[in-house]
Amino acid sequence: MAIDSARRSRTASAPTNELSHGRLGRGVPWIILGASLAVSAAVFWLFAVAGMTDGFNAIGAGLVGVLIYLVMIVVISRQVEGGRQATDRFVTALVTGAFVVAIIPLVSLVATVIANGLARFDVEFFSSSMRNVTDDGGGAIHAVVGTLLMTGTAALISIPVGLLTAIYLVEYGRGPLARAITFFVDVMTGIPSIVAGLFAFALFAIFFGPGVRMGFAGAVALSVLMIPVVVRSCEEMLRVVPNELREAAYALGVPKWLTVLKVVLPTSIAGITTGIMLAIARVIGETAPLLIVAGFTTSMNYDLFNDRMQSLPVFVYTSYANQGVDTQAFLDRAWAGALTLILIVMLLNLVARLVARIFAPKLGR
Amino acid sequence: MTATATPAAQAPVAIVAKQRLGDRLFSGSALYSGVAILLILAAVAFFLVGQSLPAFFADPADLSGSPASIVDYIWPLVFGTLWSAALALVMALPLAIGIALFISHYAPRRLAQGLGYLVDLLAAVPSVVYGLWGILVLAPAVQPGYSWLVDTLGFIPLFAGPVSGTGRTILTAAIVLGVMILPVMTAICREIFLQTPVLHEEAALALGATRWEMIRMAVLPFGRPGIISGAMLGLGRALGETMAVAMVLSPTGVVTFALLQSTNPSTIAANIALSFPEAYGINVNLLIATGLVLFLITLAVNSIARYIVNRRKDFSGAN
Amino acid sequence: MNITRASGFTAFIAASALVLTGCAANEGAAPEETEGAVALEGTLVGAGSSAVGAAQEVWIAEFQTINEGVTVNYDPTGSGAGRETFLGGGSDFAGTDRAFNDEEVAAGGFASCAPDSGIVQLPLYISPIAVIFNLEGIDELNMSAEVIAGIFAEQITNWNDPAIAELNEGVELPDLAITPVHRSDDSGTTENFTDYLAQAAPEVWTYEADGVWPLDSGEAAQGTSGVVDAVTNGTGTIGYADASRAGELGTVAVQIGEEFVPFSPEAAAAVVDASPFVEGRPDFDLSIELDRTPDTAAYPIVLVAYLVGCETYNDAEQAELVKAYFTYMASPEGQATAAEGAGSAPISDALFERVTAAIEVIS
Repeated sequence: MAIDSARRSRTASAPTNELSHGRLGRGVPWIILGASLAVSAAVFWLFAVAGMTDGFNAIGAGLVGVLIYLVMIVVISRQVEGGRQATDRFVTALVTGAFVVAIIPLVSLVATVIANGLARFDVEFFSSSMRNVTDDGGGAIHAVVGTLLMTGTAALISIPVGLLTAIYLVEYGRGPLARAITFFVDVMTGIPSIVAGLFAFALFAIFFGPGVRMGFAGAVALSVLMIPVVVRSCEEMLRVVPNELREAAYALGVPKWLTVLKVVLPTSIAGITTGIMLAIARVIGETAPLLIVAGFTTSMNYDLFNDRMQSLPVFVYTSYANQGVDTQAFLDRAWAGALTLILIVMLLNLVARLVARIFAPKLGR
Repeated sequence: MTATATPAAQAPVAIVAKQRLGDRLFSGSALYSGVAILLILAAVAFFLVGQSLPAFFADPADLSGSPASIVDYIWPLVFGTLWSAALALVMALPLAIGIALFISHYAPRRLAQGLGYLVDLLAAVPSVVYGLWGILVLAPAVQPGYSWLVDTLGFIPLFAGPVSGTGRTILTAAIVLGVMILPVMTAICREIFLQTPVLHEEAALALGATRWEMIRMAVLPFGRPGIISGAMLGLGRALGETMAVAMVLSPTGVVTFALLQSTNPSTIAANIALSFPEAYGINVNLLIATGLVLFLITLAVNSIARYIVNRRKDFSGAN
Repeated sequence: MNITRASGFTAFIAASALVLTGCAANEGAAPEETEGAVALEGTLVGAGSSAVGAAQEVWIAEFQTINEGVTVNYDPTGSGAGRETFLGGGSDFAGTDRAFNDEEVAAGGFASCAPDSGIVQLPLYISPIAVIFNLEGIDELNMSAEVIAGIFAEQITNWNDPAIAELNEGVELPDLAITPVHRSDDSGTTENFTDYLAQAAPEVWTYEADGVWPLDSGEAAQGTSGVVDAVTNGTGTIGYADASRAGELGTVAVQIGEEFVPFSPEAAAAVVDASPFVEGRPDFDLSIELDRTPDTAAYPIVLVAYLVGCETYNDAEQAELVKAYFTYMASPEGQATAAEGAGSAPISDALFERVTAAIEVIS
């Protein structure tokens, strides 16, 4: 009905070939965007010159420019291409806009960390610990080692448990048990990190006495936080593997466990890798539980089962919270620690993607 | 998954699948993993309930800040937790879907991979760093905007004055939370959108649909459970986020919807982080009791989400 | 699997393994045996106040340099957590912003100590709390306790209020709203600050001393760093923080009698000297009842943190370690190190003698 009337009005105004008519050229949206921004900038500049605003408001100019573009592209596209295309153009602009808006704080964040972190991102930072350091020297190798050991152990516990649970839920789970697991995994995502820390502390205090501080307890606390994220994201990824693939495997007489291992998992390996990396990323930056169960130390410790172990988030947090007189040295170390943490995750991510690519089936997408 | 599966499994009595060792081992370990999770959770719940019981029976006068009753202590925190998480989700969810669509269906292929990688990376930024960024960069940057909002739109209760002099309001905290949960939600949405069967998309396009119509008819319905899953993971993180909120927010324990003032409700997790180091005796139990409440809130929120997902699971690939 | 990819991967693993097995460059191998003198060896564990955190870092660094075989770990988890840990037997000593009170001492049951052992409480960390503000071009203001209380109770709401102007002749005060900033976390700093307000200006400040800010108005920020950041980034803001962190911000000189006393380590130590010890405690329990309204020119807003150890330890070697560490912290060198590294006020000679006597008790 709507299409009919649109077609009629269009044919009435310009009776030409339907298919070749009514497309904006590839460059047209860009031209409109540029024009909108220019107009907006000009108006804001006039305001600034006239003294109505103090200084040139770049953010305001950008926002108004984008708004003008949104209106213009819809109006022009509706005139030339019709209503459906106009909606499409509008959504394209909106989606791109959402992306740009969201990228602003993210870029600002990364820029802040890099700008502040580079000051102490030197060899000494990665070759020494904080033992007996009071001035602006010192480093975080003990924290890097602690973070890698504890997060690694947490991952060793969480990934098998989480992935197998996800497989159980998707491939085997039926009835009340599966429902209960699904439900309680959701509940587990809501455990505040500090409560996980308190839980791990209470648990280990039973076996090792009240003063227990060890890296392994930290890893257990992190696992409590990590498992639900692994299950949740892996489950989602396994579920979207088309049933046709499973049925094809069964039809060929492949046992169920081999089907899961050789067909379902490889198909969804990219998504699972993303999910696991998200889970690691979620816990590698945890401060509160590690402060409680793994403690705080300035010395190197390789032993997960003995004594306190430093981690990067705790290092960053205490450097910020307990600054000495020379505050700049502490802040520089804190930012450098944050930068290191991000780089570690980036590296892990790269490796994981490499592994995923090796195992993934060669499908075009 | 559903009750109907059981009779269906019973029907073909004649054919009994051969029980292989591999099958038994594999399904067994999968099952025990699931059970292990239940055990861990039961232990956590046991710990939470056991540790928080004393607080419920204690004389309120002994509690920190001497509230009239334990409910008086917890209610503003519950309100603050829900309010800040809701604000964060309202801001972040449309953006996350937008970014995910942009990466999966709009951006050029080569660029898309890099962008996806960048967003994943941001999930790794520790909350302490988000906190630092919130205090040092975001709050001073948005404060003039808040002043303007209060001056021009102050008649709306949400934007009622007096405006905060430092910009460290609940809206700022919600923005920080929103930015924090954005990467997780985007990553899950993106992966789901990429899994949309190509046939569905091509069919829609072949019928003459525009790109948006194709997305609305093929991608979004298919990705709906994934979107909700991602939103729930994000919400879980927003509800439980500790350090960033503690650092950015200026909490004073009032119950108000006003977004731009110095006085804001605190959140449960932030309050635990702020009060736990100095807590002793019954106050430790009190704080763990608030943790239990947060646990219950998440439970309720997740039940609702599950209900929504389960109502529409026709698009799920498996089962 | 592609060969270059696999070898790249292996190379990466090898490289990272190489990096990680390397020891921290500044940490020596096993300590060398020194002949003659008995070298201390072992690990000492403390937990508690984060206010003492920065001081502990420099103390530990120096102490470990002197005694190579010793490792001291201090968890800056907070005073409450530190006392609980010490009570539960989780640490050898505790750092706390307030001493164990009469009830807690009477109850006993310190699991870190030998049965029926008393505890040694030493005020080894004295730190002035500065009232800091952010006003362009003004570095110092004079205020009475009533004015400070009025500002933080939000009765005085503008910088050009006559009550402030009266005490600051010749200073041009701006017409600007005051934003008072307080700690959002439960803290010893807040407890000492509100204790000062309650003692010195009881008419205006009608609340009791408490680690949690009693009002639900004003701006709140986490930790000393949070308050300093909030005051620095805001305009017309005023707050209170550890004096070592005042930096470029304006500070308040507090009225004592007719004089205005700016914060200084000496003035802060003076108020501690002028205060009596808590009555009814043994000689080795040096808990101080701070008198915030001194007659002499002393700076009354101070935080005193205690290092708490046992009278008798189960393990004699552990007692030796604690004794050595406490002796070091109390020594003039230790106090000077903390003053330099954490901005604290060294304890006076009179207090030093009492502390030395108390440390002798530890066994």
